[in-house]
Amino acid sequence: MKSVLVAAFASGALFGAGLAISGMTNRFVVLGFLDVFGDWNPTLAFVMTGAVAVTAIAFRFVLRRPAPACGGNFRVPAADIVDKRLIAGAAIFGAGWGLAGFCPGPVLVGAAAGLTDAWIFVPAMVAGSLIAGKVASP
Amino acid sequence: MNASASGFVGGLLIGLAATLLLWSIGRIAGISGIVNGITGAARGDRAWRVAFLGGMMIVGALLLPFVQTPPPRFQTGTTPLLLAAGFLVGFGTRMGNGCTSGHGVCGLGRFSKRALAAVLTFMATGMATVFVIRLVVAPTP
Repeated sequence: MKSVLVAAFASGALFGAGLAISGMTNRFVVLGFLDVFGDWNPTLAFVMTGAVAVTAIAFRFVLRRPAPACGGNFRVPAADIVDKRLIAGAAIFGAGWGLAGFCPGPVLVGAAAGLTDAWIFVPAMVAGSLIAGKVASP
Repeated sequence: MNASASGFVGGLLIGLAATLLLWSIGRIAGISGIVNGITGAARGDRAWRVAFLGGMMIVGALLLPFVQTPPPRFQTGTTPLLLAAGFLVGFGTRMGNGCTSGHGVCGLGRFSKRALAAVLTFMATGMATVFVIRLVVAPTP
């Protein structure tokens, strides 16, 4: 159990470092990427390329192993079906993402750093998630 | 390092973080999914989520002062707009089972059709939203 928590903390620490170094914690960098018809900022494309380059190669090797290093099972989504709920949810998320430039990881880092915008955003995000859990669950 | 290079390096770290989480405890590093699981999770499924988010928030926040900040783009800092945006992000990621990290970083890395469809959808509506915002809100000088 202890090794699970250490591994989760270390993964989160690495993830947070990546978010900060990449510039993704700054919502105006993200808005710049989405501003394709204006003053386009390609940074997010470089971030995604770097991240997916690693996962696309490494996940194959990891998922060939019989089990995770700290025990238990791999918990990877089994279904790969594109349905209306997925598309509607992603569309709604994208609209909110485009309004403020915050997505869940960066805004939580922003909240931890004391950014006022993040402190306004996070409670609304939690409320949206709880309500979706009631009305838009499968 | 310019923004593109630091973006790429940060992206590599995010990919490594997702790989470490999958390799060590078999979980997908999707932030919305990890957050959502805290409230509804079964016993014994909560602690790793708190540990991951704690690590992410502590290290991310400690590094934040050293990251250069570009100027604001639009006047999107108003409270009603941030509240609406937050609600949509929370609702949409719960309904669509993922966000930029779960569908983007992890899902695309697994060559998931679902993830690709989600990423293309949220990128498209995100770009459309910014386009509309630019029309109705004057960009900051």
